[in-house]
Amino acid sequence: MSDQETKGLLSPLRRKLLMGMAALPAITMLPKASFAQAPATSAVNTTGLAVTDTEVTVGILHSATGTMAISETGSIEAEKLAIEQINAMGGVLGRKIKFIQEDGASDWPTFAEKAKKLLVNDKVAAIMGCWTSASRKAVLPVMEQYNGMLYYPTFYEGLEQSKNVIYTGQEATQQILAGLNWIAKEKGAKSFFFIGSDYIWPRTSNKIARKHVENVLKGKVVGEEYYALGSTQFNSVINKIKLTKPDVIFTDVVGGSNVAFYKQLKAAGIDLSKQALLTISVTEDEIDGIGGENIAGAYACMKYFQSLDNPNNKTFVPAFKKMWGEKTVIGDVTQAAYLGPWLWKLTVEKAGSFDVDKIAAASPGVEFKGAPEGYVRIHENHHLWSKTRVGRAKLDGQFELIFETADLVEPDPFPKGYQ
Amino acid sequence: MIINSRFFNRSELMGFIALAAVLFVILPLTLDVFRLNLVAKYLTYAFVALGLVLCWGYGGILSLGQGVFFGLGGYCMAMFLKLEASSVENTKIQSTPGIPDFMDWNQITSLPLFWQPFHSLTFTILAIILVPGLFALIIGTAMFKRRVGGTYFAIITQAVAAILTILIVGQQGYTGGINGMTDLRTLKGWDIRPDHAKVILYFVEVVLLFACIGIAQFIRLTKLGRILVAMREQEDRVRFSGYSVANFKIFAFCMAAIFAAIGGAMFALNVGFMSPSFVGIVPSIEMVIYTAVGGRMSIFGAIWGAILVNFAKTSLSESFPQLWLFGLGALFIAVVLAFPNGLSGLWADYVQPRIDRLFASRKSKAGWKDNSVADGAPAE
Repeated sequence: MSDQETKGLLSPLRRKLLMGMAALPAITMLPKASFAQAPATSAVNTTGLAVTDTEVTVGILHSATGTMAISETGSIEAEKLAIEQINAMGGVLGRKIKFIQEDGASDWPTFAEKAKKLLVNDKVAAIMGCWTSASRKAVLPVMEQYNGMLYYPTFYEGLEQSKNVIYTGQEATQQILAGLNWIAKEKGAKSFFFIGSDYIWPRTSNKIARKHVENVLKGKVVGEEYYALGSTQFNSVINKIKLTKPDVIFTDVVGGSNVAFYKQLKAAGIDLSKQALLTISVTEDEIDGIGGENIAGAYACMKYFQSLDNPNNKTFVPAFKKMWGEKTVIGDVTQAAYLGPWLWKLTVEKAGSFDVDKIAAASPGVEFKGAPEGYVRIHENHHLWSKTRVGRAKLDGQFELIFETADLVEPDPFPKGYQ
Repeated sequence: MIINSRFFNRSELMGFIALAAVLFVILPLTLDVFRLNLVAKYLTYAFVALGLVLCWGYGGILSLGQGVFFGLGGYCMAMFLKLEASSVENTKIQSTPGIPDFMDWNQITSLPLFWQPFHSLTFTILAIILVPGLFALIIGTAMFKRRVGGTYFAIITQAVAAILTILIVGQQGYTGGINGMTDLRTLKGWDIRPDHAKVILYFVEVVLLFACIGIAQFIRLTKLGRILVAMREQEDRVRFSGYSVANFKIFAFCMAAIFAAIGGAMFALNVGFMSPSFVGIVPSIEMVIYTAVGGRMSIFGAIWGAILVNFAKTSLSESFPQLWLFGLGALFIAVVLAFPNGLSGLWADYVQPRIDRLFASRKSKAGWKDNSVADGAPAE
């Protein structure tokens, strides 16, 4: 898709948005009339979900407590914001969204238990939730058994596709390949050093990155090291980096380990303005903990940065800060979580029904033009078409957009040649 | 050597009947399948609590590593179930079909040797009991034969829990790592996921629990149980009397490990998944807390503790998703401060005397009648 075609897509969007805005006051003036337009519950809900004439219930399932709470709080906030905004616009099929929040407590079996509770007891129409792959893996059999609908926000390793899940984050190839291409071209990089936390997402991501570096970019991986989750000692790997002098350090270290990693990197005299470092695991949320001065100059490969300059993002960021405080930062996953309720609303309206089977069938092709990251569309494989972007960390903890793909990148959860 | 001619005394019999009534009749009749399945999950911890009553309450050996045995039992069961769920047709999208999905993600191309025997259910059931049993035997022998006890023993068990978690998380190609083993489906072709299977599994678990209660009660009533208590109170005296204190301790510790392992295996069956989050330090301490809240000296108290604490956990977290941990913490502090013997202590101090008085007053009335009869027949 060329740039001009993208513009062609955007201009009718602008017209529709304006039309929608013009229609808004009319709706508020005639609440009853808009109510009468809502289709009968018996028609839109044939499977006994929690849908009444005025309300529809969804679930929010994230860790509000435990080690993951720090990451997942942003997702909870984004989902609540989206629900509030949708309700202010009149809800979904004339029904206000009511949410039931459950705490996964950073414990994967608890996620499974709570997902089951939401589906079986509360009969929620959809669940916005999960963050880590482990929690998604725990919840997935429950979603498939009780036929629920999960909107999952995190960028993840791929190798999964389910009728009952919409993946609003990037799968591994979407996140990695364009970033590697860019850094190889821009910096002429030939040698890469991989450092990751030791679990499935970094391992799979690095596997894909290695194949791409070796087979496509014709470069070399000079080192690949893994550290246990929560690890804080990176001195030995930093010494190896100094010895091997890679063109690029490629990292997918997660959580609190990042704080130690970047501080030790700086203390060891590795200057990120000279040594290229590409991370796929640090968003604005993590920089909050790492400190801008420790990571300034590093490149991050994401699909969204808080600093993105587009009309959608310019309304989204202030709305988010108004609801959750001036100091909050918005990372990639938080934005992806914001997409969940909106994509669900748009799909329900397309399907004309809350039934999970109909939503699963109607999902491919659903497009959301109001996404803060720009236009997104759901693929047949229930992942999103979205752009890949590279940002450079600044001292104030924000990213400066350096590069973005011209077109949307196709999601490919089972990449051929990368397995 | 008559210790007690009756298997249960009156109050224990009442406790037994009450627990049986609740678990066999009341809960299955009143709860829907989802809640019943949750109770089944709580009951898996009751097995651990039961073991802790033997080992900690009676034997005085505080183990902060029961999660290890719970985990070993659970992983043995989960390995069997995972192999069955990873049949070639279920896993044909993988690069190597027929091996568990997490192995494929970690570039392992054939089933490791130590997984092979878990194709057999008989082997699995034996392993559930023997692997944790042997492991406890090794730890117990190494510790108790050298007279390591008390706090040091507790610290070592905790270290073992930490080591095992790190091992499982680190060897993710062989164990599923931090994700654990998910998506367990069938047991010998019988689907364990639908509602009717959950009900059957619940009853199987309750029957097993009562079998374990029977074993624990039997141990408690024999001379062995007496020695355990004696050892807890005055270890040296028991040793000077010629008993091998270490062997008794090892026995109690092994029994606790086996009970915990049975709980773990039932967990994998009921919940359909196993992960290292049940093996580490935190769950191990939680298991001790269930026992303390219920009452570590009482078999039934500990079981109620496991059920009620977990129930509180579920209901508090459903009602207050942000604050529930504080509520739970407050509950523990309150119970331990106010009732050091736990709920069973509360029962024994306040409820039981009243019941006894009720019985006593009836009996004295009956006794008075007997006397009058006796009075009326002095010739006899």
